[in-house]
Amino acid sequence: MPTSLATRDVSFEQFFQYFLSGITSGSMYAIIAIGFNIIYNTTGIINFAQGEFLILGGMIGISLSSFLPLPLAIAGAVIVTMGVGALIDFLFISWLKGPSVLRLVIITIGVSILIRESMLHIWDEKVRTLQHFTGTEISSLKILGAYISPQVLWVLGISAVIVVALNLFFRLTLVGRAMRACSDNRTAARLCGIRARRMVTFSFMLSAAIGALAGCAISPLTQTQYNMGAPMAIKGFTVAILGGLGNSTAAVIAGLALGLLEAFSIAVLPLAYIDAVSIAVLLVILFFRPSGLFGNREASALKEF
Amino acid sequence: MKKASIMVLATCLLVGIVSSPLFAGGEAGEAAAKGPVKVGAILAVTGGASWLGAPEAKTLEMLVEETNAAGGIDGHPVQLIIKDSQASAEKAISFAKQLIEEEQVLAIIGPSTSGESMAIKDICQEGRTILLSCAAAETIVDPVASYVFKTPQKDSYAAIWIFKTMQDMGISRIGVVAGNTGFGNGGKAQLEKYAPEYGIEIAIAEVYDSGATDLTGVLTKLKARDVEAVVNWSIVPAQSIVAKNMRQLGMEVPLFQSHGFGNIKYVEAAGEAAEGIIFPCGRLLVADVLPADNPQKDLLISYKSEYEARYGEDVSTFGGHAYDAFIILKAAIEKSGTVEMDDVRDAIESLQGVVGTAGIFNISASDHNGLGLDSFEMLTVKDGKFTLLKQ
Repeated sequence: MPTSLATRDVSFEQFFQYFLSGITSGSMYAIIAIGFNIIYNTTGIINFAQGEFLILGGMIGISLSSFLPLPLAIAGAVIVTMGVGALIDFLFISWLKGPSVLRLVIITIGVSILIRESMLHIWDEKVRTLQHFTGTEISSLKILGAYISPQVLWVLGISAVIVVALNLFFRLTLVGRAMRACSDNRTAARLCGIRARRMVTFSFMLSAAIGALAGCAISPLTQTQYNMGAPMAIKGFTVAILGGLGNSTAAVIAGLALGLLEAFSIAVLPLAYIDAVSIAVLLVILFFRPSGLFGNREASALKEF
Repeated sequence: MKKASIMVLATCLLVGIVSSPLFAGGEAGEAAAKGPVKVGAILAVTGGASWLGAPEAKTLEMLVEETNAAGGIDGHPVQLIIKDSQASAEKAISFAKQLIEEEQVLAIIGPSTSGESMAIKDICQEGRTILLSCAAAETIVDPVASYVFKTPQKDSYAAIWIFKTMQDMGISRIGVVAGNTGFGNGGKAQLEKYAPEYGIEIAIAEVYDSGATDLTGVLTKLKARDVEAVVNWSIVPAQSIVAKNMRQLGMEVPLFQSHGFGNIKYVEAAGEAAEGIIFPCGRLLVADVLPADNPQKDLLISYKSEYEARYGEDVSTFGGHAYDAFIILKAAIEKSGTVEMDDVRDAIESLQGVVGTAGIFNISASDHNGLGLDSFEMLTVKDGKFTLLKQ
């Protein structure tokens, strides 16, 4: 890549600007991808309503921010979306007895459509945006001659905090360990006295909360519209697989890697090829490392899905 | 036998419920001596182009209610049938067939997007049903299909206005980005066609996915080419993202947008980054500041105030395209004095001087749009509001 850039007489500033632009989109992919891992860690399923959690969180945050200060609005959005996550589990998942993974996946797809259409009716079809956490739309930071929006740093910072918190939670707390145990072997976990059902509910809530936080953090950059969830979720899902499902740290690294890859592909190729490039790289990586860049091959072989 | 008659009764009831004037405001046919006239509308009320279709549908509902309260068009109450295509060409096609074959409507208003309009252009032509498209692409009326008309200004006029403004500003080297939709690709083609005529060099032209959420990558590429201005041509929320990303990248060059920017929501979404955006647009958004002798002023102010009072949201030029389609149809029915398809079609083709929201329509057999270059003004954003560029 650097050689082809050099032949075009690209200065360091421009090179670094592409880098920062990659970080910008990569930070969004990363924060979206994290949410996928939690439900997967407990239930072994991919929650296809994750994109809707993002948008729902963003929408609630925007509505609340009209009369609440921003931090409270975001907290409110996280709590309400968490409640929705619990409700979804209660209404659609909890009464199933030993459901297959496939059935659960299809239920989450149905739930995503339900949330999307509900949002269309509660709000409307219009595009909204949350205010920037610091500065405004036009503020940008100059680093080594290149520019980046302060909101990107917020997204990166929040991703980092979530990842660290999740790692601590899953490793150190009893509930976190119980959730991991349910993921590894639900029957064995139940035999050990873990309430597997409660762990699933909890994972839906946690995942919804992280989705809502991510939705608020990226809203100033991407804007929020009721039907944006699915395309965002696809990117997040891609990144989660690329990194290795279930691993939040890997999701962030993979997200940034994909963002950088896309930014540098734009530098040398027409923009129209961007998705072709990223999907091609994903396929190649999955051919050689089916469990993702950082996934554990043996662990993933034991998974049902 | 008895069972059969119950079935017939049930069917009649069902048909009655389905075809009851759900959308036709007011009780149709109170004292109207003449039969109702059915008007179909295929609009993207929800989905990706809902910001076009929703104000269009609202505008039509408002107009039909008013018209029926005033005794209909030439004594015919209007029965409006709105179909939500969700901006899908497949849905538009099946709704068009349904409206033509089952409902046998006099005319179809819409679709909202260029892609859908092109998808049903031939269907309406073969089905001999009037189509009044609310979409912008020039190809809808070029080549002319005898039953197909469109109300928004042509793409080429927008391109010409942008280039003229650039000449005034001394800009000669530009970058173009366009959304990957019928509208975006059509606009990019027009820009590339007219640029040499105005001595403008397009240093780089890129197409982005219409759902894009971050465009800093491609804008970095534009920045590296030292362009003197950026033109963005899209109908998607990306219009605000381009503006924001340019400022985030520290780009100071002017941003030109297409006439698809005519919605104050995009200005709000882009916030301070929207300041200084220049774009061609009809006069609806600056109705307040038009000189009193402007022939459109009264109509624009009445539409704007009625719409905003009724729906509690800002008027957009897109609803205006449906407004124009309806008044053209109304004028043609009144002129021909019938609701016969071919008579009304002939009447549309000979309408002159119809004042609409987009401009003054002078429709002819060779021009199924009827708007002139003067239907556009160059607007800019100042203090979060649209204003005339010249002022």
